[in-house]
Amino acid sequence: MAEAEARYREKRLDRGIKVRADTIYAISSYREIFYLVLPRAFPVFALLFLPIVLSSYWEKVLVYACVYGLLALSWDYLANCGLFSLGQAFFLGVGAYIAGALSYYLKLPIWMTIPIATLGGGVVCAAFLSPVVRLRGVYFAMVTLMLPLLLMKMIETTGIFGGTHGLSALQPFPKEWIGTYTVVVVFLACLFIFRRLINEDYGLVLRAIRDDDRAVMSAAINIYWRKTQALFVAGAVGGFAGAFITHHYQFVGMSVFALDYSILPVGAAALGGPGSFAGAALGSMILVPLSEALRALGGMRIAIYCAILVLSVIVLPEGIFHYIERKYHQFERLVRVG
Amino acid sequence: MSLLVYGTITSVILALYAVGFSLAYGISGLANFAHGALYILTGYSIWTFLNHLGLPYYLSAPLSVVLIGFLGFVIYWVLLLRVRGVPLAELIVTFAAGVAILELLMWKGFYGIQYSLPLFVKGGVKIGEVAVDYQRLIVAGTGLFLVVFLYLFVHYTKTGLAFRGMAQNERTALSVGIESDWIGSLSLAFGSALAAVAAVVVLPLGIMESAIGYEVLIYALAVAIVGGLESTSGMIVGSFIIGFGQVAAARYIGPKWMIIVPLTAIVLVLAIRPSGLFGQFKELEERI
Repeated sequence: MAEAEARYREKRLDRGIKVRADTIYAISSYREIFYLVLPRAFPVFALLFLPIVLSSYWEKVLVYACVYGLLALSWDYLANCGLFSLGQAFFLGVGAYIAGALSYYLKLPIWMTIPIATLGGGVVCAAFLSPVVRLRGVYFAMVTLMLPLLLMKMIETTGIFGGTHGLSALQPFPKEWIGTYTVVVVFLACLFIFRRLINEDYGLVLRAIRDDDRAVMSAAINIYWRKTQALFVAGAVGGFAGAFITHHYQFVGMSVFALDYSILPVGAAALGGPGSFAGAALGSMILVPLSEALRALGGMRIAIYCAILVLSVIVLPEGIFHYIERKYHQFERLVRVG
Repeated sequence: MSLLVYGTITSVILALYAVGFSLAYGISGLANFAHGALYILTGYSIWTFLNHLGLPYYLSAPLSVVLIGFLGFVIYWVLLLRVRGVPLAELIVTFAAGVAILELLMWKGFYGIQYSLPLFVKGGVKIGEVAVDYQRLIVAGTGLFLVVFLYLFVHYTKTGLAFRGMAQNERTALSVGIESDWIGSLSLAFGSALAAVAAVVVLPLGIMESAIGYEVLIYALAVAIVGGLESTSGMIVGSFIIGFGQVAAARYIGPKWMIIVPLTAIVLVLAIRPSGLFGQFKELEERI
């Protein structure tokens, strides 16, 4: 294949509006405004509108998609500063157990447990993983992979927080639609805040840590403290997702540390395209409904995710989102070589 | 005395779990997260050979080892070759492949009491006043044999020397004619085969189920992190620390606290010596 002589090559040109809008912000027509606003407004309206039209079963699926989407966003946030986590279930589980314990033992109302679990989840995750921020790449992934599995075993063997039975009969959301809209709005807010944040100076430092941490250190920036902050943010997002799930199911048990919650977000981010948050969100919006459709296959589901994951990493390493983005912003045509 | 005997045996089992993982990582920098899955797949393949094809035990076990080694080789050429050099992608691919294998086995209904392998030799012997069955002695013997074999292999054979060359510096190894893809795939094949050997001797001690695959991976990682990934002596010391720690914890505090030991060991080691107890090599560039 590589030996064959190429006769055509693909020539790509940025659309004029893209070039201008990226640098000078000169917009000259409604058409161009529409061109810029549509991709941002469409997902917002779609997500806000969908709960009204969907049947109650698919509304639940949408809720799962948002929960997994939050985990995928928090994964992508960590990945942006060079921390590859294989244990999103840890973040989710910590938040879920904090909310569950507060609601079960102290009978706190729902509007208190969720914020406390969000902040507490962030603090606990950052504290647990702070000895590990010195590790990079594979090593960090190993530790995060082990944490939820070990915690699951610990709860199973020591029987704290209800042990294998979990804590049940927790306070539900007052109305189902309140729960649905809470998670949808938080998901969208998270998506847009993260996308903005990563392009600010603060996010620039985070991305620089991923690309070359020595250079950042030599600029007199404490990278371990920055990574701990990133862990706090990611942990808080995961903690919110966990607290939400706890009240949504009105139950918290060992299943919050299950491998599903670790694999699916990574799969979503890898499928959608890591690094842009929109990719992670898009990936989870594709994978979760797909997995619901595959529910009839039972245990095969995870095997199929894994197959999708491997394929997307090997075949389309840039991810769906980057592919679509390129098609949207660029002309492409074939030109003869030579 | 029983602490000493069973601590040693537990440690050797842990070392057996970790040796293949640590070998593949040390040579080619590939963290094979499918390690646990290959371990349990070996059990399944032996069981199938025994019960469906009716092969004798002494034939089906080596056959499975070869098969799993070949599978590692195939995983390298089919999946890993395209993502080589991107650590995240390597990790995702091996991990996903491992989980896929484990979940497929679980889906096939691969759990329960009927799935167990027979012991090599029944019966036991008394060391001092501690009763030990022969199978556990065989495990300890295999561990010892493997360590000696690996030492001789990487010091006195051409392939072994190429392994060490790759481990020390991939580019220099390339310049003296060691092909990195070939050695990388061989190292993965070796790592997988070692996982299979561990499975052959350890699995008859208990029942087989998919969940054990994750456990093996976790212990392999724990040992690797405590000992330092690329050094063999570190791996042995790491497994002895965790092994004895577990047996002591089970004895003096209660069996349910066993699981705390690897976690504490990891946290302590990371806090005191982040590069692992014996990992000096590649310390700066890779870990911290």
